[in-house]
Amino acid sequence: MGMARAATILVAKELRTEFRTRELLNTTIVFVLMVLVLFSFTFDPTAAESRRFGPGLLWLALLFAGALMMPPSFTREQANETLAALRLAPIDPMAILLGKVLANFLFLMLTEAALLPIFAVLYDVSLAPVLGRLLLVFVLGTLGLTTTGTVFSALTSQARMRELLLPLLLLPVLTPVLIAGTEATAGLLADPPNLPRLWLLLLVAFDIVFLTATWVFGEYLLEE
Amino acid sequence: MTFHAGPGLGIEFQQVEKRYGTLFALRGVSLTVGAGEFVALLGPNGSGKTTLLKVAGLLVRPSAGRVIFPDATESNGSTVKGLIGMVAHSTLLYDELTAEENLQLFARLYGLPEAAERVRHSLDAAGLARRSRDLVRTFSRGMRQRLTLARALLAGPGLLLLDEPAAGLDRAGAEWLTETLEGLHAAGCTILMSTHGREETLALVTRAVVLRAGSVIRDSAAGAGLREVLAEVGAEG
Amino acid sequence: MGEEMRVSWLPAVAVAVLLGLAGYAALFLAPTEQTMGLIQRIFYFHVPSAWTAFVAFLIVFVANIAYLISRAPKWDWLGVSAAEVGLAFCSAVLVTGPIWAKPVWGIWWTWDARLTSTFVLWVLYVSYLLLRTLVSDAERRAIVSAVFGIFAFLDVPLVYLSIWFWRTQHPQPVIGGGGMDRRMWPPFLLCWAALMGVMVLLLRLRYGLEALRHEVEEMKIDRERRKAIAS
Repeated sequence: MGMARAATILVAKELRTEFRTRELLNTTIVFVLMVLVLFSFTFDPTAAESRRFGPGLLWLALLFAGALMMPPSFTREQANETLAALRLAPIDPMAILLGKVLANFLFLMLTEAALLPIFAVLYDVSLAPVLGRLLLVFVLGTLGLTTTGTVFSALTSQARMRELLLPLLLLPVLTPVLIAGTEATAGLLADPPNLPRLWLLLLVAFDIVFLTATWVFGEYLLEE
Repeated sequence: MTFHAGPGLGIEFQQVEKRYGTLFALRGVSLTVGAGEFVALLGPNGSGKTTLLKVAGLLVRPSAGRVIFPDATESNGSTVKGLIGMVAHSTLLYDELTAEENLQLFARLYGLPEAAERVRHSLDAAGLARRSRDLVRTFSRGMRQRLTLARALLAGPGLLLLDEPAAGLDRAGAEWLTETLEGLHAAGCTILMSTHGREETLALVTRAVVLRAGSVIRDSAAGAGLREVLAEVGAEG
Repeated sequence: MGEEMRVSWLPAVAVAVLLGLAGYAALFLAPTEQTMGLIQRIFYFHVPSAWTAFVAFLIVFVANIAYLISRAPKWDWLGVSAAEVGLAFCSAVLVTGPIWAKPVWGIWWTWDARLTSTFVLWVLYVSYLLLRTLVSDAERRAIVSAVFGIFAFLDVPLVYLSIWFWRTQHPQPVIGGGGMDRRMWPPFLLCWAALMGVMVLLLRLRYGLEALRHEVEEMKIDRERRKAIAS
C-alpha cells in the first residue's frame, strides 16, 4: 500500500476521532485566547504598541499551543497500544508519522483560523487587505511548527517529564519560525504593508530542511 | 458465520535474544513452528511469552538472532505483516471510534478489497452486528475481546498470535473463543497462543512449549509428549 | 582497554604548553586594539572558544548520523562526549561575552546577534544532555538523542540567519565587530590551536569514560547470560 494512501487513511482517522469530541481543538483555541489576553496585561495595549507587540504575542501563543496540543497525537495512542496496531499493519511506518504531521497541521491551521479574527478585533488591525500573504506566512510557519512538533512528540512519548520536556526541546528549535513569522506578520500589518521576501525564504528553508530530516530520520522513532 | 483464514504460515525463531539493558527478556530462543500447528506458550509471568509474540509480529526487533517465515517471499516488511494477525494484552482498538469504524480503518490499512463487506461479515462472526455503530468505549470486556479478535482476523491471516486471549472472558466468551480457534485451526491457520494453562482452549492445542526466564525449557515436540507437558504445567499452576 | 582512561602525559603536557604560549601571546604579544584597549584581548579566547564549540557540535552531528546508520554504541559515546565538551566551550563564550561587553558598552548583555545565537545553541545542547537523563532504556536513549541532535544541528544555521536578520531590523551594538589587523592573526590562530588541543584531550577522556561504562555493562550482561545457562 502506497505511503500517501496510508497517510491519507490515517489523517482521516485522526480527523474523525477529533471531530467527534473536538476536545483538542476547543481546548487549544481557548488556551491561545487566554495566553493572548494575559500577555496583554503585561503592557499597556494602546494602539501604537499593540501593533508592535501583537504579532510577536500571537506567534508566541501559537508556539506554546502547539507544544501542548501535539504530544497527545502520540500519548492518546498509548492507552490501548493502538500505535502497535498501526505498526502491525502492512504500511510504511513513515505513513504513521506523516499522517500525524498532516493532522496536527490541519488542527493548528483551524485554531489559527478561529483566532485571527479575534486577534484582529483585540488589537484593532485590519486583515482583509493582506489576507492572502498573511495566509501564506501562517501556512509556511505552521508547517514548520507541526513537522518538528510531531517528530519531537514521538521522541518524547516514552521519556520521563515529557510534558515539560517537549516544550523545552521544541521551542528553541522553533526560533527561526518565531522570528520569521513575527517579522513577516508585523510587516504585513504595518502601514503600508510590506513582506520582505527574506522572511518567506527563511520559512520555506526551515520547512524544506525539517521535512527532509523527518523523511530521512523520522522512522527510527517509531521502533519499540 | 465464521472468520476467514489464509493458508498456514510457518515461523522460525533463530537464536532470538532480546534484552533491555542488562535485563534479558529472551535468551537465545530457537523454535520452529510449522504451518498449521496450534502451539501453546506456557510459563509464569515474566518468562518472555509476550516478548516472543511481539518479535513474531515484527513489533520488536531482536537484540540478536532473527525471525524468518519460510513460506513467505520475504521475512520483513509489508507482505509478511499482511499475513499476521495479533491479539495483545491491550485491545489495540480506538475507544473513540465505533466498532464498524475501527474495522473499516484496519480493513483499509490492510488493503482489503470490498472492505465494507468484509467488515460486515467480521462483525457478524463476532456476534457484534447489533453494536456496530456504538463506540468501543461502551463495550464490555468480553465484547472488546471479540472485536479485537475480529480485527486480528480481518485480513484472513496465515499466522495468528494471541497473548492470553481468554483473560477476563466469561463462560460464554471463553466458549466463543474456543469455537473460533477450532474453526481457524481446522482451516489450517498457524496459531501461537500464550496462556496460563487452565483453559478449555488447551484441548485444541497440538504442541506445548514452556518458557522460563526467557528460555525454552520444555517442548512437547521434542521428547516429552503433549499431555505430559500440559500436566506438568497444570500441576505447577 | 583500561589504557583509554590513562591519558598518556605527553599530549597533555604539549597542550598545556601550547595553552601557555597562546595566553602569553594574547596578553603580551598581540597589538593593543585602538578603541577598546586591554579588554579587547579577551577576543583571543572568546571567538576561538566559539569556533571550538562549533567543531565539537559538528562532531556530535556526524556521530548522531553514524549511530542511526550503524547502531554501533561507540557513536553514541562520541555524541555525548562531544556534546558535553562543546557545551563547556559554549559556556565559555557566553561568559567572556558579557565580560567584554560591560567595560565597552556599560551593559552586560546587548542582544548582539552572535551572542544571542550562541545562547540558543547553548540551550539546544543542554536540552540534548537533559533529554538523555530522562530516557532509561539505553538503545531508546541513543536513538532519541541522535534524532534530536540531528534536528538541532540542522537548525543552527537557520537560527543564526534568523537572529542576524532580526538584528539588522533592530540594530544594537555588535560585540567583536570590525575587521582584524594582520598582526592579530598569529596569536588568534595560536589560541584556536590551543583550545582545539584542549577539546581533543577532553573528548578522549570523556569518550574513554563512556567506553569504560560500557565495559562494565557488558560484564554485567555476560554474568546474566551465564546465570541462565547454569540454571
